[in-house]
Amino acid sequence: MANALVFIDNPGAALKKSSLELLTIARSLGETAVAFTGELNDDVAATLGAYGATTVYRPSVEDLDNYLVGPKAAYLAAAVAASGATAVLLDNSPEGKEIAGRLGIKLNAGVITDVVGVEADGTAHKSVLAGSYNTTAKATTPVTVLSVKANNVEPAPAGAAAAPATATVEVPAEGLANSARIAARTEKPLSGRPDLSEARIVVAGGRGVDGDFGPLEELADALGAAVGASRAATDAGWIGHDAQVGQTGVTVSPQLYISAGISGAIQQKAGMQTSKVIVAINKDAESPVFEIADYGIIGDLFKVLPQATAEIKKRKG
Amino acid sequence: MEETLKIVVLVKHVPDAQFDRHITGPGNTTDRDESILSELDEYALEAALQLAEERGGPKAGNEVVALSMGPSGAVNAVKKSLQIGAYSGVHLSDDALAGSDAAATSLALAAAIRHISADGRPVDLVLTGMASTDGETSLIPAQLAERLSFPQVTFASSLDVSGGQVSARRDAGAFSETVEAQLPAVVSVTDQINEPRYPNFKGILAAKKKKIASLSLADIGLDASQVGLAGSWTVVESADARPPRTAGTIITDDGDAGIKLVDFLAAQKLL
Repeated sequence: MANALVFIDNPGAALKKSSLELLTIARSLGETAVAFTGELNDDVAATLGAYGATTVYRPSVEDLDNYLVGPKAAYLAAAVAASGATAVLLDNSPEGKEIAGRLGIKLNAGVITDVVGVEADGTAHKSVLAGSYNTTAKATTPVTVLSVKANNVEPAPAGAAAAPATATVEVPAEGLANSARIAARTEKPLSGRPDLSEARIVVAGGRGVDGDFGPLEELADALGAAVGASRAATDAGWIGHDAQVGQTGVTVSPQLYISAGISGAIQQKAGMQTSKVIVAINKDAESPVFEIADYGIIGDLFKVLPQATAEIKKRKG
Repeated sequence: MEETLKIVVLVKHVPDAQFDRHITGPGNTTDRDESILSELDEYALEAALQLAEERGGPKAGNEVVALSMGPSGAVNAVKKSLQIGAYSGVHLSDDALAGSDAAATSLALAAAIRHISADGRPVDLVLTGMASTDGETSLIPAQLAERLSFPQVTFASSLDVSGGQVSARRDAGAFSETVEAQLPAVVSVTDQINEPRYPNFKGILAAKKKKIASLSLADIGLDASQVGLAGSWTVVESADARPPRTAGTIITDDGDAGIKLVDFLAAQKLL
């Protein structure tokens, strides 16, 4: 009997850092099992063992990826039953949250999204209303479903590693019925930079970038950062909508957020104000972003950023 | 002409994010004074109106019903939707609903949608925004689809309906996807799908003549123990206002601000 079940969806060749974080949290709740989809290669299986997973469940059907959310939720419900887990942990991605939502209804289980920390008794910590409140929440049901944001715990392997057992879970047929089918799928071009929602450092630009994200991209690459943008910059078409940080885009909470040429209207503030350290560069001394910045520079981003990039490269040798 | 549609659009009355928002009371629920129609719901309403207009609008038999669940003030979200162009409105309101979590909310909304389906023709499409701008969980479309046994098509950035099938483009994750599902379906749309229209003078006048049906829990066949704080599966145990961020060091660039920035990052051990 496992206490916690971690959902790991199609990791490919290696587990993402966020999956390792989920496994680390799960272990603090007790014996951990994994509900896995996709190809399970030896390296991934070994990592799962190293992070304390005792059992890895796999679905009886392979085409779960051809459907949206529904069948994965049905599979996960069956895996919860097989494992006896009382806590289920998923990524806080849009799909992770939706699978969590449907799973909750299937299991009569309380769902808590956007979790940043979990206590041993299942109490979840989260930040709500655009970071203006910290709350604790708990499910009142036998099973708790938690979607957990990335970057809130340091991944740590278990003391003793052992190869996990594997078991197959029958995916209920009704999981495929009443589901939307994915008719076509194209991978988005990769930037080679970290994922915005998981990045340790984010460099974001707004209206002041005036169409040229070049200096931001160069600084981001020197820092190993992701590139973000305000709504003004994505609406102007200077950068893809995926890069949008804010209330209607991605909410980020990195160690360092560098805001360049963004005034810091409430829409944008909502998406970044829980960042650990905020640096702001803006020509306009009256920009609201300076009210929340730990370090503010009133100046021209086209001068300040390249100078900082060159200096970082120099110091890093 | 395409087949006509009966569309329910979920609209939520949320605290205006332009002002400070507060959590109050024994259930740690959101204070709903100063509330407005959730901005993200306007995209769903616009998508519904476009689908209905392509099919000849109300005269041809299309229906666009704005449904809101919430206390008495939430009727304003329905009224605003009618001014923008929804054909009729439904306000689900009952004291027992206060404090409902996503599970309880989806239960009540599913029951309301079944009620709307039983009144005239069945609902073909339930349209929602990508999230509310207050709770921001994005759980409702998924949970509603599960409760209604409808397929869900979420985070649609474009939408097509024909031949009893919905087809949508979805760009939410690492992939761009084309997703297809049979009607009836629950579809959530992003803020990339359209430019919502504003209510004009004619629309504001016309809204006064449009019908808003009020539903209670009893009307939709639920009792008080199934919803609200009593029927929720999660409880918010504490809510602490986060101390506001304060400004730190502000410097004006004298030609070496880039170097000073790197000094700051090094001191913070962020390099």
